[in-house]
Amino acid sequence: MTCLLEVQNLQAWYGRIQVLDGVELRVEEGQVVSLMGRNGMGKSTTIGAICALVEQRAGSITFARQSILELPAYQIARAGIGLVPEGRRVFANLSVRENLSAAATRGPWDLHRVYKLFPRLAERAPQSGATLSGGEQQMLVIGRALMTNPRLLILDEATEGLAPVIRQEIWSSIRQLKQEGMAILLVDKTLRELLDIADNCFILEKGATIWSGAPDHLTADVADAFLGV
Amino acid sequence: MMSREHLVNAIVIALLVLVPLLALVLDEPYLITLATRVSILAMAGVGLNLALGYGGLVSLGHAAFFGVGGYVTGILASHALNYEPIMQTPWMIQGSTEMPVIWICAALVCGVLALLIGALSLRTTGVYFIMITLAFAQMLYYFSISWPTYGGEDGLSVYLRNTFPGLNTMNGIHFFAISFAWLLAALWLSSALVQSRFGLALQAARQNPVRVAAVGIAPYKVQLTAFVISGVITGVAGALYTDLNRFVSPSVLSWHTSGEIMVFVILGGVARLVGPLVGAAVFIILEQSLGGISENWQFWLGALLIVVVLHARGGVMGFLAPENGHA
Repeated sequence: MTCLLEVQNLQAWYGRIQVLDGVELRVEEGQVVSLMGRNGMGKSTTIGAICALVEQRAGSITFARQSILELPAYQIARAGIGLVPEGRRVFANLSVRENLSAAATRGPWDLHRVYKLFPRLAERAPQSGATLSGGEQQMLVIGRALMTNPRLLILDEATEGLAPVIRQEIWSSIRQLKQEGMAILLVDKTLRELLDIADNCFILEKGATIWSGAPDHLTADVADAFLGV
Repeated sequence: MMSREHLVNAIVIALLVLVPLLALVLDEPYLITLATRVSILAMAGVGLNLALGYGGLVSLGHAAFFGVGGYVTGILASHALNYEPIMQTPWMIQGSTEMPVIWICAALVCGVLALLIGALSLRTTGVYFIMITLAFAQMLYYFSISWPTYGGEDGLSVYLRNTFPGLNTMNGIHFFAISFAWLLAALWLSSALVQSRFGLALQAARQNPVRVAAVGIAPYKVQLTAFVISGVITGVAGALYTDLNRFVSPSVLSWHTSGEIMVFVILGGVARLVGPLVGAAVFIILEQSLGGISENWQFWLGALLIVVVLHARGGVMGFLAPENGHA
């Protein structure tokens, strides 16, 4: 398998406070990788640093064999990293269809295919993004990221705060994307689904990667010590 | 089926054509001039609406484009009438009284100006963006006052309206037709842009530039492009305005002009296609009707603006054709 995303010795700062110090991460082509750790250990900052949304950072981030550390956020997105940020951020002043079209690029993902993955979005196409339910907004944000035709999809807390039924719907669409061969980097709180779907796991502790391996190698001790379960 | 907004748009545009036609029948040439003024000012507003309404770029400096466009007409025409070239080295540049030439020059000059002002201003946001655009326009205003070559404070007269092939521009209805065609072109361009992917990106960037970057769009480039197009539209409107009045003076560059263009947009309806047209029409109607009663008609305009901002955020268009579901 070829390596798609490789993060080595990633460091990041908010002002003078160092939040990341030694994050190691690797996503292979077509692989689902979960980034785990307790609250405040640096998961979202790692994703922000990969996508250039956290500005003060150092180390090495290679995507498709190219260093992306120096690229601005929009070029990282164009290079093929589709981000679904935490907190369901739709463009509230645009309709569902416009939200998707704004992000569109040439490639296999178009409106039709996104509507097939999330039929609810097709029903809501002319509605304003702000009038959708939480679950529908999350589907819209995932759909919007797919419209950029990414090679790697990053989902940051995609199922947080959603009703259990909707959560299942999102998980099943993530499984469908996995089957279609999409590489995915996941951050989530629902451990069972994460371990079920992931090919590989990385655990962060105080801003550094402390454990990595396949989900079935994750022992109860490690889970207890670093995931608080 | 035609949506309510399209119907209102069509009626508003039809009314603007009906007024001068009615004026012809009633032999009231003054009404033709008023309709021409509404068309030109509305076009300036359509330009600003692109930046302010759709892009959320609150420019208080669009007088710079309106005024520079106006001065391009004045300067080219005055040189052509005096048979003096504008410059001889390194290139020979002559004046012109041909409207198409003047429009192209105004569009180019205002485009470059908007690129410079936008490139610097867009590094700031919010209140700083407002102040920096205002500062650029005021610089040009004071420059025009202190530059005696083109009349300084007294302004510059264009003795004969510039010409357009096949039309008699001194005839009010012909000049109205030109101004109206320009307004339609600006409305068409604005509508096409807003519905394009570029326009969607611009509207998304208004809401959150960081999120836009996350889907692969460079917010700065999108906003700068919109600002330049906006400046060009307002600049060509300014070029027409000089021809309408056959006069241009530093007042077109003053912040009052920026404020007025902004009033058209807010009064008519921010980010509504024909909002600036409705706003400019209401403004001119108020000026004409209240101006006859009291010299302080702008007091009443101010009162109306307060009511609109407090109670009818969507402006007159928000009242005539409320948007459904869109925030």
